[in-house]
Amino acid sequence: MLEWNLWRALLDGTWITVQVTVLAALLGTILSILSGLAGLSSVRAVRWANQVYVDFFRGTSAIVQLFWIFFALPFFGISLSPLLAGVVTLGLNMGSYGSEVVRGAIRAVPRGQTEAAIALNVTSFDRMRYIIFPQAAVTMLPPYGNLLIELLKASALVSLITLSDLTFQVQILRVNGSASTTQLFTIALVLYFLLAMGITGLVRAAEGYLGRGLEIGRGARRS
Amino acid sequence: MPDNPEPNHDEPSNSRSAILERSAEPDAPARTASRLAVAAGDELEGSGVRFSGVTKRFGDLTVLDQLDMEVAPGEKMVIIGPSGSGKTTILRVLMTLERPEAGTVEVGGEQLYHEERNGQLVKASEKHVRQVRRKISMVFQHFNLFPHMTALDNVSFGPRKVLGLSKDEANERAARLLEVVGLGDKFGEHPARLSGGQKQRVAIARALAMEPEVMLFDEVTSALDPELVGEVLNVLRDLAENTTMTMLLVTHEMGFAREIGDRVVMFDGGRVVEQGPPTQIFGDPQEQRTRDFLRAVLDRE
Ligand SMILES: Nc1ncnc2c1ncn2[C@@H]1O[C@H](COP(=O)(O)OP(=O)(O)O)[C@@H](O)[C@H]1O
Ligand SMILES: [Mg+2]
Repeated sequence: MLEWNLWRALLDGTWITVQVTVLAALLGTILSILSGLAGLSSVRAVRWANQVYVDFFRGTSAIVQLFWIFFALPFFGISLSPLLAGVVTLGLNMGSYGSEVVRGAIRAVPRGQTEAAIALNVTSFDRMRYIIFPQAAVTMLPPYGNLLIELLKASALVSLITLSDLTFQVQILRVNGSASTTQLFTIALVLYFLLAMGITGLVRAAEGYLGRGLEIGRGARRS
Repeated sequence: MPDNPEPNHDEPSNSRSAILERSAEPDAPARTASRLAVAAGDELEGSGVRFSGVTKRFGDLTVLDQLDMEVAPGEKMVIIGPSGSGKTTILRVLMTLERPEAGTVEVGGEQLYHEERNGQLVKASEKHVRQVRRKISMVFQHFNLFPHMTALDNVSFGPRKVLGLSKDEANERAARLLEVVGLGDKFGEHPARLSGGQKQRVAIARALAMEPEVMLFDEVTSALDPELVGEVLNVLRDLAENTTMTMLLVTHEMGFAREIGDRVVMFDGGRVVEQGPPTQIFGDPQEQRTRDFLRAVLDRE
């Protein structure tokens, strides 16, 4: 087996991967919600600007975005640390996909829910906050979980801008011959898989929590 | 009112005796009105409603055609008419779920869609609409309960977030209302676990919790299995007989309409075809369309 200091390097890398993923997920989640709501705005300019954002980040390569933000942005006077550049790129990316998830789920909440809330004289903000969004969140969670796992995997890109995440460490150890390629990549696969399982577990737990009383998939949501 | 010492719904409810004891408050008025009416705040005066020249179109379809209609404060008005005649639309216009293209709607003497500025009637701000809408509540055909909330939370939500009651006050009001509609043992249930009749009673409690002056009921028993209709009608009957709330009810339950209606309005093609006291509309309808409609409905029963 590997020596302790090699394990140590891999676990350090894993920790960086976790940090990048969690921070980018936070940013991505906030952007998903804002962008999803913007897509439903009654103001045309807001919808239009939002669509530009969504189309741009979904339509261009994440690795090129990352390089652009890390290597090109400094020419405009904005230099980001590798961590920040990675988090910003991955977050913007996730937000552009999450936008549709949020928008679709909100639109899927039956119209009667909004009407009942209006009949109770609830303000439009509280309507979204207490009535519509909590119900939509249940629908959002499965595709949102997929986005988180995509994000975890995409986080390996940050190794290309010198951030020493799990993939970066594996490459280093492989190149300097500290361990066999097979061994290193097998370990990396297992570690990524365990992280993904962790995400899946968290999302399941959230589904259970938010779905209380809803009896998902049995048509009970109409009531 | 005094000749109605008991809530006259015979809904079997194990919480009934508990309510009887609890509501024997020392400072309560000597009157023995229905518990439901008391819980619903029956001392509140109903507001009148006036539609003037209200027109509502969906594309090319004119659903309400220059409708003029008045509902007196405290009146129980039943609206009948064939499917697609615009009955739901009237209630939805009053609840501000549909904005009319023309005309004005007044509730308790206040304009709903307009407000006066510099002596002129202009389109109302959202703030003004909300302030007038406070007086109105609605119960829907398909309940529209909030599925992610318990029965208690469904009822206490409005008082808490809209009327600004504290959590305890709102829960207490919700509990009282759920008890009097016979759901004292269902506080913690989510709507998915309730029968249709129970859901609709929660929805009625939710609407009552806002202490409305005008209540709208849109075919509230139509989505129910036949054996569950009675328990909901009992609650409505109690409200109709023991509160001074103004009520607009769209229903196909003709027996019920005859029993509780002060006035029955027959609707067709977005216009009032005929109206009058139930005895007249059901006993001696003047218009052919009313006769045809009633025959069609009664044949079905
Ligand atoms: N949102 C809508 N869009 C288009 N047409 C509608 C809409 N709502 C109602 N209608 C039409 O308006 C007419 C009256 O509807 P409604 O008021 O629901 O009738 P009722 O309740 O008497 O059956 C019907 O022909 C219906 O199809
Ligand atoms: Mg209808």
